[in-house]
Amino acid sequence: MKSIAIIGGGVAGLEAAAKLSRIGHAVTIIEKSDQLGGRLNQWHALFPARKPSGPLLARLKNHVAEGVNVVVNAYITGVEKNDDGFAIKINNNRMITANALLLTTGFDIFEAERKEEYGYGIYENVITSVELERTFQSGKSLLTAQGKTPARIGFIHCVGSRDEKVGNLHCSKVCCVTAVKQAIEVKEMLPSAEVFLFYMDLRMFGRHFEELYKEAQFKHGIQFIRARLSEAFENPDGSLQIRIEDTLLAKPLKMNLDMMILMVGIQPQKKSGNLIDMLELDRDTDGFLLQEDQYTYPFKTKIRGLFCAGGITGPKTIEETLIEARAVAAEINSFLGHKESYTGQEQFVMEL
Amino acid sequence: MKFDLFVLPFTLGLIFLLGYLTVKYAVWYFKLEKTDRSKVRKGFFSVRIFSAIKEIFLESLLHRRIFLKNRLLGFMHMSLAFGWFMLIAVGNLESRIYQPAEINPLYVPIFFKFFHANPDAFPLHSVFSFVMDLLLLFVLAGVILALAKRLYSKAYGMKRTTRLMTGDRFALASLWLIFPLRLLAESFTSAVYGGGDFLTASVGSLLGNILPVSSLYYPAWWAYSLSLGVFFTALPFSRYMHIPTEVVLIFSRHLGLAEASKRTSFTDIEINSCSRCGICLDTCQLSFAGGVHNIQSAYQLKAIRYKQIEPKESFNCMMCGRCENVCPVGIDISSIRMITRNELNGRAPDPTFQQQPVAQVHHAEAIYFAGCMTHQTPAIKKAMQSIFTAAGINYWFMDEMGGLCCGRPMMLAGHREQAEIMIEKNRRIIFESGAKTLITSCPICYKVFAKEYNLNIRIMHHTQYLLELANARLIRLEPLAGNAVYHDPCELSRDIRIYEEPRKLISKMVKLIPGDYEKDNTLCCGNSLANFSAANEIRLSVARDAFEKLTAQGAQYLVTSCPMCKKAFEKVADVPVKDIAELVSRSMHKDQPHTITANRKKEPSAALVIH
Amino acid sequence: MIDFGYKIQTDRQIDYDANSRRILEFVREGEPSVDWCMSCGTCASACTAAVTTDYSLRRLIILARRGMEKDILDSVFRCRFCGKCFNACPRGVNTRNIVYLMQLAAIKITNHEI
Repeated sequence: MKSIAIIGGGVAGLEAAAKLSRIGHAVTIIEKSDQLGGRLNQWHALFPARKPSGPLLARLKNHVAEGVNVVVNAYITGVEKNDDGFAIKINNNRMITANALLLTTGFDIFEAERKEEYGYGIYENVITSVELERTFQSGKSLLTAQGKTPARIGFIHCVGSRDEKVGNLHCSKVCCVTAVKQAIEVKEMLPSAEVFLFYMDLRMFGRHFEELYKEAQFKHGIQFIRARLSEAFENPDGSLQIRIEDTLLAKPLKMNLDMMILMVGIQPQKKSGNLIDMLELDRDTDGFLLQEDQYTYPFKTKIRGLFCAGGITGPKTIEETLIEARAVAAEINSFLGHKESYTGQEQFVMEL
Repeated sequence: MKFDLFVLPFTLGLIFLLGYLTVKYAVWYFKLEKTDRSKVRKGFFSVRIFSAIKEIFLESLLHRRIFLKNRLLGFMHMSLAFGWFMLIAVGNLESRIYQPAEINPLYVPIFFKFFHANPDAFPLHSVFSFVMDLLLLFVLAGVILALAKRLYSKAYGMKRTTRLMTGDRFALASLWLIFPLRLLAESFTSAVYGGGDFLTASVGSLLGNILPVSSLYYPAWWAYSLSLGVFFTALPFSRYMHIPTEVVLIFSRHLGLAEASKRTSFTDIEINSCSRCGICLDTCQLSFAGGVHNIQSAYQLKAIRYKQIEPKESFNCMMCGRCENVCPVGIDISSIRMITRNELNGRAPDPTFQQQPVAQVHHAEAIYFAGCMTHQTPAIKKAMQSIFTAAGINYWFMDEMGGLCCGRPMMLAGHREQAEIMIEKNRRIIFESGAKTLITSCPICYKVFAKEYNLNIRIMHHTQYLLELANARLIRLEPLAGNAVYHDPCELSRDIRIYEEPRKLISKMVKLIPGDYEKDNTLCCGNSLANFSAANEIRLSVARDAFEKLTAQGAQYLVTSCPMCKKAFEKVADVPVKDIAELVSRSMHKDQPHTITANRKKEPSAALVIH
Repeated sequence: MIDFGYKIQTDRQIDYDANSRRILEFVREGEPSVDWCMSCGTCASACTAAVTTDYSLRRLIILARRGMEKDILDSVFRCRFCGKCFNACPRGVNTRNIVYLMQLAAIKITNHEI
């Protein structure tokens, strides 16, 4: 029996842990926050079918309830690798050893304050998609900062993605379909509200995404305006005024919104104090962890026995994250059984 | 009368030079505007002449400003300039004393030792001998230093030296040869005829042992004369035109001439006063942070002078003024660059431009002009609005709707006349509103309001105004935690020099850490609107470099007073970047929860915790 | 030709082959980043001139790409060079230089220099 340490107890970590444990290995999950589930905890309903996230989260947690060792509130303070495997120091006082290491530490969300011109943190009625999803989770109704029911809500796509000005050139992939999903949810919550989506492109790439888009237009009367907002203005009553160019008509357009939802993007975790950089792993040009080869060795890193999966290598849907988790479990199993030859760095020490 | 054929190259060269300069300067004088010409005439016979002469002595001869930059560099320039001047002056004195009765042609003092090789007894002969040798040594030291500088300029405080064009190299070579050749000629003469002093006599006797000096000494005088002749002929077409023209420039400045918005003779004088010394190269951030090395002022002035302007290069300048600040000749580089941009522009202005900047004019005591950029940094805008309200000021937010521009970016694009049309419309609105004070939170706007708008009202940058409000106790400032470093925006520095008010204001709130790049030495953030050509990577490099230098002593945050600077530094900073207005607003509402989210209950999510 | 009593407007379509892209080529030579534009419209959203005129840099770049010169000549001079578009562009296009060059190209075309 071999042992695996998984750093990051989110979707990828949990599913990989369950699979490896089922095969018969000893698995330890090391999670820095106080709960498992990662970003899945922040989702109310999953696109495209809007399935509630609860059952999936419960299932993932249950599968690691027995047989998997879980450590929460854990910070990695040192990693050492020798011929046997890895020795991971946690919180400066505890040591965990493993024959293989899996990094599933995920991604960061773009900090909306950095896009100052949208007024997050400055204007009262600007919130992020993450905060909107939390409102759905709470079951409470969506209200403006003044405590009123918003009559008109605007969703701004690509906040912190595809934007050279904030240093994130990549597309965060899932925000377009999330915006459509959330727009539908808002409309169901407030049927008389007007909902607008301001997009550059509509990336409806997955199965049933296109149908969701059509449903949004047809069943819910959601309006799609192809325009990108430069900056928002605040009216004295707290509502917002936006000035854009309706690019499909090639005319300037201004309108007032009661609330603005910023579709904040997925970005690589910051460099300072990050495990990726402390382990001296390479980042790709977009800042996410560099995969050895996306086709043949997507989960390998340059350190032999250190694997990666999930959001750490870029924006993904939960579906894709689960698929990767299962695949990397098979990969790790193969590695541990010496079924294939694995090359890579053999020894190193990292101390915080 | 003393004469020899060999004096001809020198004499002809000198006559040509003097003739050329006379014609050139006369042409420049007559091309001046009538008012300027009368300024020159009136001033010429006034006491201002003496201050001009003083500056010529201190700068053109002693190169005091260069000494301040680097002693070795200063000594090098000084020894060449002052030493040569003294050689000519003392030489003239020497020959006048020696032959008071005879006609003394121009060339005799220069070739004195040829015509009077043998030391006759004449008053102060040994003193002159010694002094002339000492001066020659002095100048030769300069020549050697100049040579060494070409090989190792870092010792002179110059990381980069000017890349010279072919014509300049030619003139340089002949200049450097003059004094060694003089040494050779005088030494050979001393070896053959005796005379000379500690330098020429010793070199002469040394060489006399190994070289056939009696046949070499006459060719040596020819060579000396030739190098002088070549130098004089090349001078008006090379960088050495600065030698006489700088004197003209200093006189002109003291007599009241200055740059205007169009090219004048004064512009020509300034352009020809640039010696391409290269001191401007190292201060240019596009050079040391951006890796761009062909657009610095030494090269631009050369391009303008020889009519080889490339618009792409002319527009690749941030107009930060750092080069102007260090120019030892004090050339008004910014004005010349603007004049050049205006000349590159080929279109007639449109009178209907920016036809209706505002929907309606409001009457108020004060106008707040945020500036275009501030709309993209709404934290500044909102802070200012809340401060105005808290202080109970009757103000009109003139560009709230965002449809008008102060006009300075249009000027920087070289479309001056179009900018003037915009300015006129804005002026009418400001006048119509009856405001007594105009407050702007953008230094770019401030500069144009203060310098071009000709408004009779008080124009204030928001740092000045907020300090006034604080001092008048219209707003209360509480101290905040932390220490900060302040960045002087280049638009408020050097030319405008608003340095103290921002610092006094910030110090009321946080501990201000001083830095190396402050006030006149401040760095540009890279987001300059004056630069049209630079690619984003270069701007980012400039910003990154400036940020690192500003925060070298460690600071918890960076305070700016310009929306462009804020945007530039936010991209590269690892500490928060705040405008002064935001700081003031925070300081005024210190005890309240941050007003924005006071109404909305916001619990931090566990999953959003970033370690 | 049969006279039906009315004229058909044949210039409604963009005749791509007939149009000359000399303005785009002129701009591209001086500012290669013009090819980075994805017509998102952020520049037009930020634009100071767009508040009171129909000026749109986004539209100008597309017009240049299609070769619709007359439309460019009509509106390219409205820019104030304020630089907000430069601040806003997500692709990092050097917007002001493009406008400057487009205006230069327009002048040269009017003067028959290119």
